[in-house]
Amino acid sequence: MNEERLNIIKEKLNGLGVEFYDVNGTPGIITSPENVLKICDILKNDGSISFEQCRDTVGVDRFAKKNRFEVIYSLYSLKYRDRIFVKVIIEDNKKPETPTLTNLWNSVNWYEREAYDMFGIVFTGHPDLRRIYMPEEFEYYPLRKDFPLMGIPGSINLPKK
Amino acid sequence: MPHTVYEKLKNNDPSIPKSKILEALESQDLSLEFNDALENEMVLNMGPQHPATHGVLRLLLSLDGETIKKAVPDLGYLHRGYEKLAENMSYHEFIPHTDRLDYLQPVANNIAYTLAVEKLLNLEIPERSKYLRTLSAELGRIQSHLIAYGTTVMDTGGLTPFLWAMREREKILDIYDMYIGVRFTTSYSRIGGVAQDITDEAIAAILKFTDEFPGYLKEMRDIIERNRVFVDRLEGIGYMSKEDVINYGITGPILRATGVDCDLRKDSPYLAYDKVDFDVPTTTESDSLARFWIRFEEMYQSAKIIRQCIEKMPKGPVNALSPKKSLPNKEKIYTKMEELIHDFMLINFGQNPPVGESYGAVESSKGELGFYIISDGSGKPFRTKIHSPSFCNLQAIPVMLKDSLISDSVVIIGGIDPVMGEADK
Repeated sequence: MNEERLNIIKEKLNGLGVEFYDVNGTPGIITSPENVLKICDILKNDGSISFEQCRDTVGVDRFAKKNRFEVIYSLYSLKYRDRIFVKVIIEDNKKPETPTLTNLWNSVNWYEREAYDMFGIVFTGHPDLRRIYMPEEFEYYPLRKDFPLMGIPGSINLPKK
Repeated sequence: MPHTVYEKLKNNDPSIPKSKILEALESQDLSLEFNDALENEMVLNMGPQHPATHGVLRLLLSLDGETIKKAVPDLGYLHRGYEKLAENMSYHEFIPHTDRLDYLQPVANNIAYTLAVEKLLNLEIPERSKYLRTLSAELGRIQSHLIAYGTTVMDTGGLTPFLWAMREREKILDIYDMYIGVRFTTSYSRIGGVAQDITDEAIAAILKFTDEFPGYLKEMRDIIERNRVFVDRLEGIGYMSKEDVINYGITGPILRATGVDCDLRKDSPYLAYDKVDFDVPTTTESDSLARFWIRFEEMYQSAKIIRQCIEKMPKGPVNALSPKKSLPNKEKIYTKMEELIHDFMLINFGQNPPVGESYGAVESSKGELGFYIISDGSGKPFRTKIHSPSFCNLQAIPVMLKDSLISDSVVIIGGIDPVMGEADK
């Protein structure tokens, strides 16, 4: 992404309290669950920015006392052929919640289900927040750092022989 | 005198006890139930063990007669938790695991992963290894598209083209055997370069392959291009509008079949793609037939890229000379002290990249394949996220299947060309 375009984005997002970070050359935006909907709405629908596709959602468990969970959206612009990341830092450790972006991009549906399945991050307003890989009755969130690598014995009901 | 069991049954011989199913069938008034069944909606479970789903994809179809009203995909039958595994091993150790994601073209996975790690380590790889990676990735693309070609034709009833495709694929596997050393799970790309240099024998085999391949492709095209059975089964099936395709985050041949020439090889050239000349085929029909022919055209382009790679490849080393980041040469490990120490440190404790985040992506045969890696400065990645194209593309299945027939679901899944190893991670 060139300097000029980044400046336009910075200008449009002015006043929403965003910080910028760098993913080896690709810019990223750091924001909070309160502002993410507004920011993403501008990023998608503003003609001079125009990120038409959301290609991925990355859940992160920092395993820290504060700001434990993060959600990173990877947005791609077909008009300008470049990428931006939007990182949402969730303050609440016990009940991680952030608004869903399914109203903006349909693709987010499954990505957020995956983040919910793996980290237990609840996306409020999501139309179909079910587990996607693990069975429905599974009680744990396997990609959290406090879930052991070897799994928990008895956590999955296997068919009897 | 009745002899067989069947005759005894037919004559209501009391010596044979009637089975419960038979009794139930006889006691039913069939004319009533038959009409009810037509009015009811039916739920059909397709998969996970179904030959047409190309893996362990499970679909729940809600049917009205033979028309699909709703479809719900169910994933996770091949979930092996690779993201969790990646957090618990060093960067180098994870490379063989990437082979098992998209097992139809393992090379692209290796490359995408090592690109992400190299960006994190700030490591520049030698020019020759860039060309070698490009070459092997394009061979992988042909390998994957041949399977897509063969299975799509086989799903519509033609067995011969599938065998032709497998014959060509076998040649690619033999070439892999010559210069990578294995046929299937390649692990070719390494952090800082590639596993080994290409041999003259392999170059000769590749040149022979690229000479003959367009001729065979023409044969494969001729046998089905004007075949009514094949074209009618695919034309207009699985249509998805351009807006939907973009909104569902779909990449690869499905996106290019809507007229968007989005290809990471052109948009943000990595490796040696900015030094070779190739086209990105697009059409605007956005149905299964268009996706099929886009994949077919890409095979021509790949053969062209392979040819150019061999012609333009410079001489030189294939591994970066950076002892703290890239593994040293095997011969030197056995003879030199310094290299032995570096090898010991890298194998046991791993590379220690600076704290930060990186994203490396390639255009695989199915779409954008990327790895988002977060490092906390230790020898193991803090988080590795696999962005797999099959997972993203499968999300479009309910849209494509809506209001189509059950028999068309087979070609629609074939048109998406999913690999469940990648979709389920």
